Amino acid sequence: MKKLLIALVATAAALSLAATAEAQEKLKACWVYTGPIGDFGYSYQHDQGRLDVEKALGDKVETAYLENVSEGPDADRAFERLAREGCKIIFGTSFGFMDPEVKVAKKFPDVMFEHATGYKTAENLGIYNARFYEGRYILGQIAAKQSKSGVAGYIVSFPIPEVVMGINSFMLGAQSIKPDFKAKIVWVNSWFDPGKEADAAKALFDQGADIIVQHTDSTAPLQVAEERGLQGFGQSSDMIKFAPKAQLTSIVDDWGPYYIGRVKAALDGTWKPGNVWLGIKDGAVKMAPYTNMPDDVKAMAEATEKKIIDGWNPFTGPIAKQDGTPWLKDGEVADDATLLGMNFYVKGVDDKLPQ
Amino acid sequence: MDITVNILLTIATAATPLLIAAIGELVVERSGVLNLGVEGMMIMGAVGGFGAGYLTGSPWIGLLAAIALGAVFSLLFAVMTLSLATNQVATGLSLTLLGLGLSGMMGTSFVGQPGARLPNLDIPGLTAIPVIGRLLFGQDPIFYISIALTAAVMWFLFKTRTGLTLRSIGDSHTSAHALGIQVIRYRYLAVIFGGACAGLAGGHLSLVYTPQWVENMTAGRGWIALALVVFASWRPWRVLAGAYIFGAVWIGQLHAQAFGIPVPSQLLSSLPYLATIVVLVLISRNKRLTMMNTPASLGQPFVPDR
Repeated sequence: MKKLLIALVATAAALSLAATAEAQEKLKACWVYTGPIGDFGYSYQHDQGRLDVEKALGDKVETAYLENVSEGPDADRAFERLAREGCKIIFGTSFGFMDPEVKVAKKFPDVMFEHATGYKTAENLGIYNARFYEGRYILGQIAAKQSKSGVAGYIVSFPIPEVVMGINSFMLGAQSIKPDFKAKIVWVNSWFDPGKEADAAKALFDQGADIIVQHTDSTAPLQVAEERGLQGFGQSSDMIKFAPKAQLTSIVDDWGPYYIGRVKAALDGTWKPGNVWLGIKDGAVKMAPYTNMPDDVKAMAEATEKKIIDGWNPFTGPIAKQDGTPWLKDGEVADDATLLGMNFYVKGVDDKLPQ
Repeated sequence: MDITVNILLTIATAATPLLIAAIGELVVERSGVLNLGVEGMMIMGAVGGFGAGYLTGSPWIGLLAAIALGAVFSLLFAVMTLSLATNQVATGLSLTLLGLGLSGMMGTSFVGQPGARLPNLDIPGLTAIPVIGRLLFGQDPIFYISIALTAAVMWFLFKTRTGLTLRSIGDSHTSAHALGIQVIRYRYLAVIFGGACAGLAGGHLSLVYTPQWVENMTAGRGWIALALVVFASWRPWRVLAGAYIFGAVWIGQLHAQAFGIPVPSQLLSSLPYLATIVVLVLISRNKRLTMMNTPASLGQPFVPDR
């Protein structure tokens, strides 16, 4: 009986909340995150973008989000729920939300959908992504300059194009400074597990790496670097507070301007499904201050950053694939489609790509 | 030599939270209660430990807070399942869900803040001894607690009268009740002990392993601890072995990857689970002994007749 009462009260409260929400006639913009917003990494940065939208558009919008949504059938339900609750524009922020979003978008033709880091589109489904690989090239150059052992440790999550592209870009950057530079690669098969990431960092340092790079989302690897007096790079957000002596720089995702633009377009009725891939020059990828390195290394990093802003692409030939077969001719630039589907390593990567 | 010591230290760090949480749950299950809320109590310990350490600046206060929060949180489970006789499986699962959500809410302001780390033991003269110095005298304090705890629980369960009483309750709460043993009181204490251990394990994560607070930072370790208890057939020393086998294979596979061994990483990642299960199943292959060790009234609610 008591339970029933509680349930009734809860339902009544939920209903009254829903009623007030509808009465206000605001545009409801919603987000779906795969991690917790408290990861201080990837999902955290997306949520910062959502807060930017609230700040910029004030009482014209109402926002909502679902966090910790796993990439699978669960995601279908998450998107459908948001669409039914009156969200007019919905952002799915992880690669694995691609098929669920396509499916739900078909069911709700009046709702605008946006999907990050994927490649499928529809009448009411646009895609957006950031060129993180631009930043990773700079990381590679810094690593090659800073490393004494000539070996970097690279902690990675899953073998999806985004991650493979990052490894390749990092290696190209490093090889541009030291042609025989090596990276030891460890797959932890998780986007987010601080303990595992810390263990991987320790293993890599024990085997002679002296710089740590990560494509996972927690600050743990950098903390290990700090403890051991070695160096590394942050991920997604500026992690300097966790590693004041160890962080060299960090690739910071800034989704705010993009989200504000899209929600504004939705408000004006000018929204159309787009396909954008934003880089350093658009401000969506930012480099945290270059710290803990000599001035000449810093100058080199800044010069490369400027070169990329001026339109140079790290994937510019000549580049050979891992087995030595030529991929890009001298001066040839990789097209976006190839990059977004990247499933091979470039020459010099010392790992077998998991299939 | 140095690398071997480093690897052993890393294994100990990885095994410690599993061992502590599993030892606590072992006592709970020996009393006949199945608490599936280990993950939830652990994450509460993690957020409490980090929070108290961060706010007061003392990781030691953090350690105490972690234990206290785990214990208080388990009290919720105890009241529900023991006093109100709710279903233990459902209550335990909801404790995990509640813990994950509640800790996220409590920890909002700790995200992105570096915390205090518990210092490693440093005994002048002893810690500096080559090789064994750092292994025996240079680890974090919770490591020593975990070993002492395992020994204490072994002694308590099998060498003391109270331990015998606790085990008899786990085997048949009705018989124990008929003998005049206060079943519910024993179970309350066991559950709270389990909660305190899970809280301590969580504190190890946020004060030693990775000194920071992030949501979901336990990342399933509570579930591994639960599985360890079952596969170790409710014997403390087997839990210890299981936790260290898991830790060793886990760290070993990372080294294998870094070394460039051409084995698919997905297979390597699943090795710790496989190896631990295989080894523990092998050592518990004696059916009669396993049956003897299984608490017969595990998971059954007990309502004393008045």
